[in-house]
Amino acid sequence: MIITTLLGVSLVSAGLLALVGDRRMAPDLNILASLVSFVISVYLAFDVYSSGTAGTSLVGDYFFIDAFNVYLVVLTTFVSTTTAVFSRNYMKFERGHGKVSGGRMRFYHAMYQLFIFAMLLALLANNVGVLWISMELATLATVLLVSLYRTPSSVEAAWKYFILCGVGIALALFGTILLYFAAEKVVGSGVQGLLWTNLIKINAKLEPRILALAFIFFMVGYGTKVGLVPLHSWLPDAHSEGPTPISAVLSGLLLNIALYALVRCKVLVNLSMGGNWAGRIMMGFGLLSMIVASLSLFRQRDIKRMFAYSSIEHMGIATFAFGLGGAMATFGALLHMLMHSLTKSSIFFTAGYASQLSGTQNMVHIRGLIKANPLVGWGLIFGVMAIAGTPPFGLFASEFLILTASMKQIPALTPLVLFALVVAFAALFRKLQPMVFGDPSPDRREINASVLPIYLHMGLVLALGVFIPVFLQKWFLEAVEILK
Amino acid sequence: MTQNFATQVNNILAAFILLASFGMLAQRRIYGLLVIFAWQGFFLALSAGVVAYTADIKHLYISAALTLVLKVIVLPYILYSLVNRLNIFRDVEPLVNIPTTMLIGIALVIFSYHLTAPVRELSTLFTRTTLAVALSTVLLGFLMMITRKKAVTQVIGFLAMENGLFFAATSATYGMPLVVELGVALDLLIAALIFGIFIFQIRTTFDTLDLREMEKLKEGSET
Amino acid sequence: MTELGPIFSEFVQIALTVLVAPLFVGWIRMLKCWAQGRKAPGVLQPYLNLMKLFSKDILLAENASWVFRVTPYVVFGSILMAGSIIPIVSTDIPLSASADIIALVALFGIARFFLALAGMDVGTSFGGMGSSREMMIASLAEPAILMTSFTVSLFSRSTSISETVRFVEGMDFFLSPSMAFVFFAFVLIMLAETGRVPVDNPTTHLELTMIHEGMILEYSGRHLALIEWAGMMKLFVFSSLGIALFAPWGIASNASGIPLALALAAVKLALIGVGIVLAETGLAKMRIFRVPEFLGTAFILATLGMLSHFMLE
Repeated sequence: MIITTLLGVSLVSAGLLALVGDRRMAPDLNILASLVSFVISVYLAFDVYSSGTAGTSLVGDYFFIDAFNVYLVVLTTFVSTTTAVFSRNYMKFERGHGKVSGGRMRFYHAMYQLFIFAMLLALLANNVGVLWISMELATLATVLLVSLYRTPSSVEAAWKYFILCGVGIALALFGTILLYFAAEKVVGSGVQGLLWTNLIKINAKLEPRILALAFIFFMVGYGTKVGLVPLHSWLPDAHSEGPTPISAVLSGLLLNIALYALVRCKVLVNLSMGGNWAGRIMMGFGLLSMIVASLSLFRQRDIKRMFAYSSIEHMGIATFAFGLGGAMATFGALLHMLMHSLTKSSIFFTAGYASQLSGTQNMVHIRGLIKANPLVGWGLIFGVMAIAGTPPFGLFASEFLILTASMKQIPALTPLVLFALVVAFAALFRKLQPMVFGDPSPDRREINASVLPIYLHMGLVLALGVFIPVFLQKWFLEAVEILK
Repeated sequence: MTQNFATQVNNILAAFILLASFGMLAQRRIYGLLVIFAWQGFFLALSAGVVAYTADIKHLYISAALTLVLKVIVLPYILYSLVNRLNIFRDVEPLVNIPTTMLIGIALVIFSYHLTAPVRELSTLFTRTTLAVALSTVLLGFLMMITRKKAVTQVIGFLAMENGLFFAATSATYGMPLVVELGVALDLLIAALIFGIFIFQIRTTFDTLDLREMEKLKEGSET
Repeated sequence: MTELGPIFSEFVQIALTVLVAPLFVGWIRMLKCWAQGRKAPGVLQPYLNLMKLFSKDILLAENASWVFRVTPYVVFGSILMAGSIIPIVSTDIPLSASADIIALVALFGIARFFLALAGMDVGTSFGGMGSSREMMIASLAEPAILMTSFTVSLFSRSTSISETVRFVEGMDFFLSPSMAFVFFAFVLIMLAETGRVPVDNPTTHLELTMIHEGMILEYSGRHLALIEWAGMMKLFVFSSLGIALFAPWGIASNASGIPLALALAAVKLALIGVGIVLAETGLAKMRIFRVPEFLGTAFILATLGMLSHFMLE
């Protein structure tokens, strides 16, 4: 019931906002809906944990909660709330400058909530087929948002996003069909064959070869959505061309959910096959993404595009860590997903304000942010410090864990990981310097920046980098158990 | 219908579906593409019906009917009216010329045959031989998407991929559970609607549906 | 008497190939006239044309080499050989044991090779053009026809045509997608190899559109008669090959079944004639650079037939 309420809030508000999305109160309604979802999700987490139903199926086999998806649910609703707060000021500015029309605002708000709904459904679904359906729904909800501004480059980016992710998702569906085929042999036909809770139980009886074949399709399919190289070419375009709140949730949330789907499949395959064949594939893709993305950071001129590549790099790190397996790497990966979400969305908030200030996303023209708007400028500095992995921010802790784990398990690969991290560090700071220091350009605009989300996120990242509260530790450790 | 006869009928339908995929690869005219796509959907629905009748699976009838309505009537009609409104009748030259594309297609068919070998060994269904054809249809649709440069042809390639996936579901298993099939159909419908909206957006922004105009987003380009 | 049986069947087949081919072509031309609303010249007209040509003088160019003079005989001979190894009315023919489908393709190749050389021999531009076009079509049709014959022989596990015919005749009826694909591929190839519309118009008088006619422009008298006769025999032989591979029912397995087989063959050939005329009147001649696509389609169909055989059967 709680779960259905949770999902219902976002679905209903999507419908509501489709009607009233252009009124003055619409952004506030958006914030309210997201906040309500957040509160319900926290309550859900406590409820599940206190009643001990974690890991079992709920509401008649449709949903389930365990340590892995519960924190992602809370994270999703939290980030969507803060992004809604950011979106209020940001989109008001955009609307005032005529970049978006009234009808499109309604569409924007409605799709925002629909997107949240799809992501929550993906996280909570017990049925692997429904997971697929909601991933596709999430993609579809955001596709038209990327082209919201109707500029040639945004239409091109949205088309590329649609085609590439559509193809990827189709291949993931084939993987799902193969998985169902393997399961049907054991449990017979019907929904039972697709339920995660069942698949875990019967895992030893699933035919390894079929699962291996299915995993290849899952890797290519969901891997496209995670943005792993070489399937990543839609990501920089899509994340840089849409409205900044959408870039924030795409980078911060959707990538996580795609990785979640991929990791669930990896667990199934590894349990059935024994050994870590699936993990090794993930490591390969992760490493490739890390290195290519960090090297690409140097060539970027558009601020949001650069941070999109940074997302690819961090997703590569997380994929590598999940692929590595073992307690430390998995803990690091979970922490990394959490930290990256908070940090990247915060960065996109500041980048959004910076580009609004300067009137362009081209970094050459963004100058002297500290003098122009100190809060935004410092927010950007903190954000880049965090994303580059500077201590004491949280990403340092997760990257450290991952590096240590890789040193212990496969020392030969550690230099590569280190190389990628160092290159990214250098590139990001090199690009950051001219943007924040120096004199601001004279033709900048005034913006009404709501910096609460930025500093809230950065504060959390800082705090969690220093100290991880007990309940979070417990969650992570339980998740690690599930994912080993 | 005995299993043996049903297998033969299913095989013939699979062969026609494969032929339709190649036919789409070779077609230059958009109307021709739509007609072949509709035929492919028809054979698909027929195949699902045969499987439903032989294996006595009620929910597959629903899927078959849904496929018939959606992929033979609704989607081709939407695309047809789109094509009429936008006055696009011919495709531009594909990226790779048509005979080479066909040869690559043959290679993909052989590849998918080998890839699905483990499933064929383990399956006890009478439709197991057609899984290779299903995967080939998916890959051929994918080939069509990457070698064509007109938006509408890419859309049809995508829809052909979805055809292949539905066929795979009926070949490997007797169709996915109904809730999943319905969800997939819903997603497909939404995707088709979004495609339609997109085509208009592309047309208004670029004044053409030739996707070669849309290759401007590269590294280092000024935005 | 039993040893004479095969020889008798062989003799009947050779006689058929030589004597009935012009009748077949006459039938096709008559149907075509009817389809186009013209008055037909009678079904025996090709015989009269050949007789007329035999009675005329040969006119040779000064620089014509021995190739030019030898070609008509080579072409006639090889097509005749082709006719003698295909089971038209009987599978019990001695030569079929030594020659299979690949040899058949090679025989057609010999004829085409010499014809192409002869077209270029005298140095006229139309001849050269016809030869180069013919060779282009041949290079594309050959893989297609080999793939077709491979696929058909996959059923009978032997490339010998007689074996294949016996096998196909004895098969129970069942829906076979590979046979269906191969049949369509064969139809396309036949239209290309025998020079019918949509690949080449046999009745064209415009030299720039000629392929087969272009190569034989310089021939006269009995040379031309032999080449024309060979062309008619090629059409006959190809049609018989099609019947043998796809609809061989009623074929005789020894000399005593020949009369029935003859009657059935006549009916089948008549139907094929109808089919050819429908294709010729319904289709327009393709531009020459579309022919590779046409033959590519034939090749793809044949390959699909082969793949279907492995994948689905």
